[in-house]
Amino acid sequence: MMGLERSHSQMKPVAREEGQKMSLSVLEGMGFRVGQALGERLPRETLAFREELDVLKFLCKDLWVAVFQKQMDSLRTNHQGTYVLQDNSFPFLIRMSSGLQYVEEAPKFLAFTCGLLRGTLSTLGIKSLVTASVAALPACKFQVMIQRS
Amino acid sequence: MSRQTNRGTESKKMSSELFTLTYGALVTQLCKDYENDEDVNKQLDKMGYNIGVRLIEDFLARSNVGRCHDFRETADVIAKVAFKMYLGITPSITNWSPAGDEFSLILENNPLVDFVELPDNHSSLIYSNLLCGVLRGALEMVQMAVEAKFVQDTLKGDGVTEIRMRFIRRIEDNLPAGEE
Repeated sequence: MMGLERSHSQMKPVAREEGQKMSLSVLEGMGFRVGQALGERLPRETLAFREELDVLKFLCKDLWVAVFQKQMDSLRTNHQGTYVLQDNSFPFLIRMSSGLQYVEEAPKFLAFTCGLLRGTLSTLGIKSLVTASVAALPACKFQVMIQRS
Repeated sequence: MSRQTNRGTESKKMSSELFTLTYGALVTQLCKDYENDEDVNKQLDKMGYNIGVRLIEDFLARSNVGRCHDFRETADVIAKVAFKMYLGITPSITNWSPAGDEFSLILENNPLVDFVELPDNHSSLIYSNLLCGVLRGALEMVQMAVEAKFVQDTLKGDGVTEIRMRFIRRIEDNLPAGEE
């Protein structure tokens, strides 16, 4: 483990960034697969959605409760296909720190969940891009941008 | 499954599905990353080991289990307390060796394989090999060197899933074991 860290820090910053981007997309991809499958197994009767907003509300309530045993803290939208889902105490980050310590490490712990949201949306027939950002742990925001074709 | 099931059990079931599906995605990814199944098995075992050395702390803090005095007691705790706590199943313990240093855990339904079908071209993949690493890592932290391995697997057409546990030795020094 120590050896691995050392070799990483010796890599050129550009190469390291590239490497991290790659591994984040692998994690995101795994989350996507899981989200897709999870979407199929969600209670059918609750899936009679008419509006996009209902689907997003469903993610914030039912999906989040199923996965993290809590609801999303807030949901905002610009009514043009961009949604911001905020969790003020995201379970994957809550044990890491409270504040700025380890804030650079946070993206690794969010990529999977971004994929999870995107995968579930995909099963529900919505194409999207999902990114996450952290200003201070353990709060984080997931931005969902709906892709219209 | 019925509509009446309350939210609590529903979400618990969901999180076990989440776990199973996540594990499936992990194995799938490893199969992409490595050319042969042996390497995937090795990697799963190593990841399991790293989980086990952490999980044991959680386990000891949550259960009221003290130090085990022999391997039989260890077997009981693993099957009846630990598997129950983390996977919701209770494997049965059988096939003790005469010396009492080997036994088998028989898993009726392995939750890791809930939605799995092994394709023919992965005949040497030990799908749930993570579990062996977890067992080895966790026991190492309580000074027991063991070997854990799958000797039967329903995924491969066997009647049951069997993990063979072999006690190697008691780890004497109290220095923290180095990482692999």
